[in-house]
Amino acid sequence: MSDISRRKLITTGVAAAAGVTGVGVAARLAQKYGLVPPDHGGIYGIGETLTYASQRLLTTHSLAREFSQSQISKPPFANEMEPPTDAFKRLQAGGFVDWRLSIDGMVDRPSTFSLAQLKSYPSRGQITMIQCEEGWSYIAEWIGVPLSHVLGLVGVHPQAKYVAYFSFQPDWWDSMDMADALHPQTFLTYGMNGGELPVGNGGPLRMRVPRQLGYKNVKFITHLTVTDSLKSFGKGLGSASPEGGYAWYAGI
Amino acid sequence: MCEFCASRDTIRRMGDTASIPVPASVAPAAAATPRHSALVRVTHWITTLCFFALLVTGVEIVISHPRFYWGETGNILTPTLFKIPIPSSRALVPTGYGYVMPDQNGWSRYLHFQAAWLLVLTGLLYVIHIFFSGHLRKKLLPSKGDLSWRALATAIVKPLRFQRPTAAEAWSYNVLQRLTYLFVILVLFPLVILTGLAMSPAFVSAFPLTVNLLGGQQSARTLHFFVSVALVLFLLVHVLMVLLAGFWSRVRAMITGRAGADMERT
Repeated sequence: MSDISRRKLITTGVAAAAGVTGVGVAARLAQKYGLVPPDHGGIYGIGETLTYASQRLLTTHSLAREFSQSQISKPPFANEMEPPTDAFKRLQAGGFVDWRLSIDGMVDRPSTFSLAQLKSYPSRGQITMIQCEEGWSYIAEWIGVPLSHVLGLVGVHPQAKYVAYFSFQPDWWDSMDMADALHPQTFLTYGMNGGELPVGNGGPLRMRVPRQLGYKNVKFITHLTVTDSLKSFGKGLGSASPEGGYAWYAGI
Repeated sequence: MCEFCASRDTIRRMGDTASIPVPASVAPAAAATPRHSALVRVTHWITTLCFFALLVTGVEIVISHPRFYWGETGNILTPTLFKIPIPSSRALVPTGYGYVMPDQNGWSRYLHFQAAWLLVLTGLLYVIHIFFSGHLRKKLLPSKGDLSWRALATAIVKPLRFQRPTAAEAWSYNVLQRLTYLFVILVLFPLVILTGLAMSPAFVSAFPLTVNLLGGQQSARTLHFFVSVALVLFLLVHVLMVLLAGFWSRVRAMITGRAGADMERT
């Protein structure tokens, strides 16, 4: 073996070892600082982890773009949805006065809220875009109470890492990390464009996460669980979306 | 055969038989230097792999909404800039077909971003390499003399006449190739990345200028589509040129680094 090829071999070996160690250290650090998404397993896990980690580092405090009144989409658009169940129709007939939002998990005071209670808290509005992973989008004014306000009322434990949220629609649930849960634009939304939130757009209560795609904005919210691990929820992938083949993190 | 090629061939034949010293730039020792360096070869094939993954998954994503808009928003209730006349994988999208395509969006999105990451990292490595190794200056930037209409015309006309490049030409790029590669590397690829990022609600929350400069999120999506079409056109011409120049010889040069028999230098 000539000197040059031996030197090359040693250099390559050292570089490879450094690379493997570097990846290992990076993975540990990412895990420690909450930069690994719950659906990090499988063949697409690397890409998902890179996207989630880099966007968490870049966008922790950034605000979704807001628009002017004149940019609100006309006519208002509502995506297709499954036909409402009889139980939903009964609640709708009663003007949703019996609609409840319950919060449990890692909180000091597990609580249940009516829509009237939620509407009594400081109300916020934002004109933001909702965009679907398919390609369509619309801008609307969303009115609601910041999720952070309601989480403050129930007292979130410091070790909490995620908020899982569940729809009235069976088997439809999702979750987000605390960066999104405490984000000032994350709303429990009950109004749209100056009126009540239409059922087609998720009324009476929709989770609005404007820095993520449409499917993270789950309609008909009835229940929240604050947790430090998503392993025991569903298949442990963080939401119903990865179980259906879609990414948990939808900041893309 | 044109005069230019004939004279070049004569020089080569003379070199074969009479051992006339040939300038190093025309025919250096063949064994020592590969046609393409290892880094160029590896990044080329990773890029190829990623490009096909991105193309297939991109098409799948477009099928779920084959309508394009300009500005910030667009949906089935708003006018389109143009539509692609294919059935959609969503029943709600009016396409004129009584048929809904199978939905492949989930894995397509996962793979699209996975391939995009690999392509961006590979591209970064390649760009750093060409800037610092002299590859950019020696092999991609056209020389002053090359930037003449005559040189451009020759470069355009030769392949149109289905003339194979001479051995010497096979070892470097003509002015048209250089300009095209530079355009693809420094314009089209950065643009396709930028327009892709401009569609991300999280990314633009931190860098709103990326989408505002493009005229809105739907404009970014439409531009992403057009730049992708431009890249596909480049790919088609690129493969056609390789076919004209001698497919296996060029592909072998890009895999092993060794030139094919028709590219061998004396």
